[in-house]
Amino acid sequence: MGQFGIGQPVRRKEDIRLLTGKGRYTDDVHVDGQVWAAFVRSPHAHADIRGIDIAAALESPGVTHVFTGADLEAGGVQPLLYDLPFKDRNGKPMFKPARRILPTDRARFGGEPLALVLAETAEQAKAGAELVEIDFEPLPCVTSTARAGDPDAPVLYPEHGSNVAVHWENRAPDEIDALIAGAAHKVSVDLVNNRLVVAPMEPRCAVADYDAASDVITLYTPTQGIMTMQTAFAALLNIPKNKLRIVAQDVGGGFGIRSKRYPESIAVAWAAKKIGRPVKWRGDRSETFVSDYHGRDQVNHAVMGLDRDGRVLALRLETIVNVGGYCGDNGPRLPIDGGGRIIPCGYDIEKFYFSVKPVYTNTVPTDTYRGAGRPEANFIMERLMDAAADATGLSRIEVRRRNLIPTSKLPYRTQMDFVYDSGDFIGTMDMTVKEADWDGFAARRAESEKRGKLRGIGIASFVEQAGGRPTEEMRVKLEADGSATVYAGTFSHGQGHETVYAQMVEDFLGIPFDQVKLVQGDSDTTPVGGIGTFGSRSSMMGGVAIRRSCNQIIIKGKRIAAHLLQAEESQVRFEEGLFKVNVSSVSIQEVARAAADPSKLPEGMKAGLDENYLFEREPDAMNFPNGCHICEVEVDPDLGIVQIVKYTAVDDCGVVLNPLLVHGQVYGGVAQGIGQALTEDAVYDETSGQLLAGSFMDYGMPRAHHFPHMVAHFNESQPCKTNDLGVKGAGEAGACGAPPAFVSAVVDALSPYGVKHIDMPLTPERVWRAIADAKSKRAA
Amino acid sequence: MNVTLTVNGQAISRDVEPRMLLAEFLRDELRLTGTHVGCDTTQCGCCIVHLDGEAVKSCTLFAVQADGSKVTTIEGLAGTDGALHPVQAAFREHHGLQCGFCTPGMVMMGADIVRRIPGADDETVRHELEGNICRCTGYQGIVEAIVDAAAQARS
Repeated sequence: MGQFGIGQPVRRKEDIRLLTGKGRYTDDVHVDGQVWAAFVRSPHAHADIRGIDIAAALESPGVTHVFTGADLEAGGVQPLLYDLPFKDRNGKPMFKPARRILPTDRARFGGEPLALVLAETAEQAKAGAELVEIDFEPLPCVTSTARAGDPDAPVLYPEHGSNVAVHWENRAPDEIDALIAGAAHKVSVDLVNNRLVVAPMEPRCAVADYDAASDVITLYTPTQGIMTMQTAFAALLNIPKNKLRIVAQDVGGGFGIRSKRYPESIAVAWAAKKIGRPVKWRGDRSETFVSDYHGRDQVNHAVMGLDRDGRVLALRLETIVNVGGYCGDNGPRLPIDGGGRIIPCGYDIEKFYFSVKPVYTNTVPTDTYRGAGRPEANFIMERLMDAAADATGLSRIEVRRRNLIPTSKLPYRTQMDFVYDSGDFIGTMDMTVKEADWDGFAARRAESEKRGKLRGIGIASFVEQAGGRPTEEMRVKLEADGSATVYAGTFSHGQGHETVYAQMVEDFLGIPFDQVKLVQGDSDTTPVGGIGTFGSRSSMMGGVAIRRSCNQIIIKGKRIAAHLLQAEESQVRFEEGLFKVNVSSVSIQEVARAAADPSKLPEGMKAGLDENYLFEREPDAMNFPNGCHICEVEVDPDLGIVQIVKYTAVDDCGVVLNPLLVHGQVYGGVAQGIGQALTEDAVYDETSGQLLAGSFMDYGMPRAHHFPHMVAHFNESQPCKTNDLGVKGAGEAGACGAPPAFVSAVVDALSPYGVKHIDMPLTPERVWRAIADAKSKRAA
Repeated sequence: MNVTLTVNGQAISRDVEPRMLLAEFLRDELRLTGTHVGCDTTQCGCCIVHLDGEAVKSCTLFAVQADGSKVTTIEGLAGTDGALHPVQAAFREHHGLQCGFCTPGMVMMGADIVRRIPGADDETVRHELEGNICRCTGYQGIVEAIVDAAAQARS
């Protein structure tokens, strides 16, 4: 294994470009002759639309066109429909109304796009949008997750009569309830998993350019999967796939939501063809706040019964998930068979009842955000375990130890039909406890106390699932000059695939790292079976597809080498870039050169060494990254300010392809988890339905000073057994571990006051109030 | 209005609308798209450039306010021989970037910190980055990189 092979902390190929201003993001695309687009958005959370008057806007300087949903639909644009198969226990399917790209009858959340204005400049388009007159009849609204299903809540879809889309249950609750009723210990938690604005640093943009000669629309837009987007968008535009080209070069963060279907992109693509001029839309940050899908937003009620020894007998969990004004591609799926299916995470609990109610509200639709249901699931389990420690008198470590699935029980089939193939949950926890110096905590707490600070330590053990959709296609092509090109169906948008895939090809084929090029981001060159990068799937799905493409190259290469060396194919071995027969050998570069020259090939062989592989795994043969995180905080009891002073993570990501990059994924995931737990909250005003945290002025994006220098380790003893590379996804683990570890730490710090839980985010106000309430209760 | 200034060592003179922001001038007029715009409230710092040697948020200045000034953008930070600025090199070494969108602003701010506070420690750098937001890295590699470059600047 060379300096640039698998397992090495190789510095990234993409960095030079990105560090010198040579990245090319969607807003950097300028097409000559382009007009600028602006969207008219609903100022109301909920309103009937009685009419849209575009006359004044059309008269506005520079405005060339104004379109409404009626124009788009007359032009064949289709509404968003949702592939969500959920039913209640009586077989009644989920209510999942279509979403019109630009509705003309009713607006269901503040910021919903209702009309499109095109003009010669961006300013003119915005000025024109101000002049579109929409006759609204405002309606009462509902934004609260907990109250959306109440009988007196305003209803978004009168034809359904309720905001509850479906009441999904995994089973009947009776047996579970009986077990809990008879248990020696009973614990319960009521949790709010706060709504988040995902906020990749690149605001959403779209540029569309129509070529009349070929009848092809080229759409430049941030994405996480080129071919997935091509398929979905072509269907919405009602055109054949080959008439829509999707291009994305650099994308400034995705975190799940950049893989989604967005009305703005569809409208822009349609308009470019309609008017025969390129159209550019640059969403600003405030616009992105009300038009990008939001994340999380659940309330959970969970009850657990334990025996005298602290072993869990049964679990009952009820979740309400706020899906917003419309379904979202995955919003209702997340707690059910998305990430939420990981319940009960790493714990050996066979008896559980699990119910989910997705509810419609007058808020921005929610969808996948880093972890996509697993952070929520692990948060529930970890808050329950802390409650169990409290009820049983066991330590937080011991109660987990008694309930975590021991390695001896693997492979372990969960009640939700996942099979955990590998993992050492207890060993990983022990490693973390040691690395975090849990035993030395008392001395650190005493030291903090001297400075007037309350110190707390918190722990979270978690399991998540990675791999996502079960197919992916990659192509590896050897060029005649001996270099290699990887054409990826995945889509790197910060993960560093240009680097990791090159490490793989160096390892698999012996072609030097700097001779391997990545091609991605254009539907003209992406393998047709490409899916994309989400659900921490690229290492496994893309990686295995590269491995097997390389295997095919080696097989064909052996035939060519045998021909060149005048040997039997069966005598050829491939080692470190050389095809060897006894003492003679030819390099893979020589074989590549020969492969390009039909005269040097065995008879009947097609020229070139160019192989693609469509990897199709068993749908449930995912991988299960897991870990344990320990967080230590200091709380200022007078101000309620929490400072994280120590953070230790041990992650089991299976085989680590590049520790530098995997550490980066861990730290980034932790930061998003801490953001949720400490500063972030997409707060709505319940009366007006307006998003109050509508910009970076009002929304608590975590800053550098919120974090200490973190420490992360890997438990590499458990390679994944369901894929060729032994890898497990690394992208989302941090977001699973951080919120429960952090909340556990703050609650521990406040233990002198008897505080048992504080809802996220643990802002100074909330922490201060928890202390003040505890003090006043004591005084009373 | 006319604005005459030097951008990355090149003399530039243009007529612009008085309301045009410096960030828009750099991106849309000069097509120097390395300077990014990540918000509309002066919070994120993606647009930081150097104005007469000091870090400024180019989304919060009008282009005409830069009249007569020397502006350096991320495109002009590396040496004319292509050698990376020490802060750029440190970002690569410490994996201080993932998606790269906040990176130009982070690097320009980092270079400013290193110039003002050679030997800046972890806590100082975190405090100094109050006006820069990154969503990918958890700031770990960014802070390490700037601390490293600041240490080099002192030695």
